[in-house]
Amino acid sequence: MLKSNVFNKKTRNNRIKKEVREVYLRDDIWCGASSCKTCDSSVARLTASTILVVDTNVVLNQIDLLENPAIDDVVVLSVVLDEVKNKNLSVYNRIRALCSNSLRKFYVFSNKFHKDTHVDKMDKESPNDLNDRAIRVATQWYQKHLGDTTRVLLVTNDRENKRKATEEGIFAETIESYVKSLAQPSLLDLLVQPASEDVNMEDVEDLRPSKRKLIYEEHKPMSEITSGLRRGIYHQGKLRVNRYNPFEAYVGSESIGDDIIIYGRTNMNRAFDGDIVAVELLPQDQWHEEKSLSIADEDDEDEDDVHLAPSSADDAPRTTNLVTTDEQNSVPNRPSGRVVGIIKRNWHSYCGSLEPMPMPAGSGSIAHALFVSKDRRIPKIRIQTRQLGNLLDKRIIVAVDSWDRQSRYPFGHYVRVIGEIGDTGTESEMVLIDNDIDARPFSTQILACLPPLPWSVSSKDLANPIRLDLRDLRVFSVDPPGCKDIDDALHCTALPNGNFEVGVHIADVTNFVHPGTPLDDEASKRGTSVYLVERRIDMLPKPLTEDICSLRADVERLAFSVIWEMTPEAEIVSTRYTKSIIKSCAALSYVEAQARMDDSRLMDPLTTDLRNMNTLAKIMRQRRIDRGALTLASAEVKFQIDTETHDPLDIGMYQIQEANQMVEEFMLAANVSVAEQILRHFPLCSLLRRHPSPTKEMLEPLLRTAAAIGLDLDVSSSKALADSLDRAVGDDPYFNKLIRILATRCMTQAVYFCSGDLTLSEFHHYGLAAPLYTHFTSPIRRYADVVVHRLLAASLGIYKLPSVFQDRPQLTSTADNLNYRHRNAQMASRASVELHTLIYFRKRPTDTEARIVKIRANGFIVFVPKFGIEGPVYLTPRGGQKGSGDWYVDEQQQKIVKMDGSLSYSVLQTVQIHMEVVEPQPNRPKLQLALI
Amino acid sequence: MEYVSPEGLRLDGRRPTEMRQLRAEIGAVAKADGSAVFEMGNTKVIAAVYGPREVQNWSQQMSDQALVRCEYSMANFSTGDRMRKPKGDRRSTEISLVIRQTMEACILTHLLPRSQIDIFVQVLQADGGTRSACINAATLALADAGIPMRDLVTSCSSGCLNRTPLLDLNYVEDSAGGPDVTVGILPTLDKVTLLQMDAKLPTDAFEDVMQLAIEGCKAIANYIKEVLQENTKQLECRRGL
Ligand SMILES: [Zn+2]
Repeated sequence: MLKSNVFNKKTRNNRIKKEVREVYLRDDIWCGASSCKTCDSSVARLTASTILVVDTNVVLNQIDLLENPAIDDVVVLSVVLDEVKNKNLSVYNRIRALCSNSLRKFYVFSNKFHKDTHVDKMDKESPNDLNDRAIRVATQWYQKHLGDTTRVLLVTNDRENKRKATEEGIFAETIESYVKSLAQPSLLDLLVQPASEDVNMEDVEDLRPSKRKLIYEEHKPMSEITSGLRRGIYHQGKLRVNRYNPFEAYVGSESIGDDIIIYGRTNMNRAFDGDIVAVELLPQDQWHEEKSLSIADEDDEDEDDVHLAPSSADDAPRTTNLVTTDEQNSVPNRPSGRVVGIIKRNWHSYCGSLEPMPMPAGSGSIAHALFVSKDRRIPKIRIQTRQLGNLLDKRIIVAVDSWDRQSRYPFGHYVRVIGEIGDTGTESEMVLIDNDIDARPFSTQILACLPPLPWSVSSKDLANPIRLDLRDLRVFSVDPPGCKDIDDALHCTALPNGNFEVGVHIADVTNFVHPGTPLDDEASKRGTSVYLVERRIDMLPKPLTEDICSLRADVERLAFSVIWEMTPEAEIVSTRYTKSIIKSCAALSYVEAQARMDDSRLMDPLTTDLRNMNTLAKIMRQRRIDRGALTLASAEVKFQIDTETHDPLDIGMYQIQEANQMVEEFMLAANVSVAEQILRHFPLCSLLRRHPSPTKEMLEPLLRTAAAIGLDLDVSSSKALADSLDRAVGDDPYFNKLIRILATRCMTQAVYFCSGDLTLSEFHHYGLAAPLYTHFTSPIRRYADVVVHRLLAASLGIYKLPSVFQDRPQLTSTADNLNYRHRNAQMASRASVELHTLIYFRKRPTDTEARIVKIRANGFIVFVPKFGIEGPVYLTPRGGQKGSGDWYVDEQQQKIVKMDGSLSYSVLQTVQIHMEVVEPQPNRPKLQLALI
Repeated sequence: MEYVSPEGLRLDGRRPTEMRQLRAEIGAVAKADGSAVFEMGNTKVIAAVYGPREVQNWSQQMSDQALVRCEYSMANFSTGDRMRKPKGDRRSTEISLVIRQTMEACILTHLLPRSQIDIFVQVLQADGGTRSACINAATLALADAGIPMRDLVTSCSSGCLNRTPLLDLNYVEDSAGGPDVTVGILPTLDKVTLLQMDAKLPTDAFEDVMQLAIEGCKAIANYIKEVLQENTKQLECRRGL
């Protein structure tokens, strides 16, 4: 088996410890050029008469350019790939994606293992020089190998390397001169600007005398950081910038055991959100530096926009100024610090638009512009462009290149245009890009995993002994109107002994999605379906989502069922889990189901089932509430969308019916039963969902508001909180709901985790007051449920457990990805609603009622229940002196009072406001709230 | 960690189903009745066989078959870190046992009653797959000593990394923590006499990995046969036949 290869044994020395590694040099590594007669042409990718060999720095720095289709016929050497992988994994993944993309002509040449291009380290040669030489040797080999028919061009920006190459008779060019030779000026924008070239940046730099001053502290060298970390002077952690206040960031530090707050850009010292940084604590007397009571901020880059009311603490701005409730105030207890060094950058590309600016004289010349990211956590980015006129009214993507000490903002380069600002399509794409959501159509490899269409239950399925035939049961589904991805169906049969048999039937997605297939990999990457106002981005291809898996009415479908026997008091007597075949007799909407239950004339069997279920559900719900489950509230908005223009026609709050609660109750019960079953069988590798109890600090805003209005809330346990929420009845009907909404936004969200990573006491789900919980009931749109289906099937001995479950770190990273995707999907949904709210109000200025939820120095934040939005209302004109005007704030009472005492506004008070879309800057519409 | 590149090459330039370079030399220890050096890439093992000879400890003598003993050790310089390796540690004892049992299964012990065969194997250089190399070296040494055998016994390992079955893991691949299957076969009789596995492997993947190891064993058997034939030819020449 080895005879076809020529072997030379080479040894390689490594570091101080001598390591001998074998390298097998081969003669079966092909050049990849289609014109070549000697090589295997089945793998050939390179067709042009000029082929490029790129060096490591070109790949590392110019990946955006390489991704542009104008660049093709590129040889990527394995030595370059290795080096890129060591330096930047995300660039490595991108270049790898290019190499495997069949539409592009990138070819990987394993020069290391080719008998003619392998190079050995020479005496005193540095690793960089060795790599450069290897690249030149390979380029020369290509030139010789392909002969006169093809020009082989080495692209390198390394002066020394280029000089040597020219000496050796290799054609070599810098990336700039190569791109210029292509005569496509827009490509030049994609080039990364070397950091040293910032001399002509002055046009954008504000013309203050201090402009050349060093703005930021120097980053400490790595050696100093390492020793500082060891000695405990510095603390390492990931920097998280406050989504609602980009001048405030947190570093979760294990050595401190708490978040360190970083106030202001100076202290952040050029760190980006997601960077791993080293932080030094400030002296304690500087801990309480910032007061972000006022709405606007020090640097005034942007003001608070009107946004969707947060539905959990993860969405809500964090309160920074802790008003100490007890007497011994003044000692701030949150450590603050400053960034001294960046251990790992999290730079990637960002979407946004250019800051409006006048066109420079002479078109086509290079202009310097400031890019404003949609993600407010990202600072403005300077770019150079030759197409300013074209870009000003566009949403674009920009990548960051560098950030030196003299410049206020980082340098970057233009990557591509998304579309025109304000265009619904463009803005929706922005939402997707901003939340890292992959909305590309499914690839052919993925679609190849689908069963042949049209699909129907086969005789093989019927004969399968693991499948129970439940087709004669009266199964039905209840969903929102127009729901096409029906995950769940129910049945409820009265038993002769007076008990009920209740079944929850869930789409049997894992019958079609098998571990290790491209389909499964994709679903696992996407993690969840994403629901935007005007479209849905599916986790699974449409035939599965809307047809094969969907438990539609009057067709036979495969299901995974949880079947209980319940007493009329809703006590579970027994639980069964089985794969099944069902035939739903009705796909009801919530409203239909509700109407049937309410219509006392209807006595048909289906309606009776509904009523029985509803009775059971009410008992279960009451029991859950007695246990301490929180009935939380969030303001969900619903749009009616014009099918033609995709513009919103109407907007309103989502009405919750009893039927919703009934279905929800049984889904909760099924999830709990399944959680118990899988944990019993797989104590170390089950995927569960937990909801951590909110800390005192998180409930602080709620308590402060409650105290101001004289409401006594007991937050010692979820039970106590639930009871006090029940007691919180004000003089108007909306009061209780408002308090619940405020409570909900103090909680963090529930998260997925791997049972082996935590101890049993940490599994608790606070909101549901359940010791165990998981997600089983929506496998069409959530990947977590797919994982849980596999665990459940394995626990029943139907299928063996896929091998990934033996890999704990892998499982943990799956759970982390699901949390990340879940969170992003929610953020995207919210952003989409915000976008459509703006479109809706563009043509409809509205007067409405609002509730004050937070007092600020120069106004207050109101919540508009009807539209579920929240935003600032200013009492003093912006730009005026903060807080020093006619108003003063009574923090204890949460009131803002006019100096002469004639007028005051207090928290939770109802106010009438006017909502209108204004355009303070062209193409930048925003919703404005004003008191009437 | 990427152990197989998308181009289908391993860290040392081999393709997944390729073995490292083999080298064997018979008669490296003149004093022994049979001896051999066996190399699989950078793994180098020496084996010496003494016997059949009288049983040293009378109480161990068996009237119906030969006593096979095996001693495995690693030279202190065999790995990069040049650590002192205590003799008789658990790993050595276990490997000694594995080699003894494997060799015993192919020696026609009933033809040599009341005698003793000693097999000494020492790892001179370790780079993964030492177990297999020891068995291959022992086979050659036994053949060199002229001990009657049912068949040659050859061994090879395979594993599975990046979802790809790999033949003959070297040290780097072996340390990746993936499954590692060592197989020993009697090639002519087509029987598996040794099967060891570390870590977990799904059953269907196991089939592929084991089949690959068996193919490896067969290739080694062919190589060993060639070496033995070449050796016999040289002996014939020397004897002037
Ligand atoms: Zn060729």
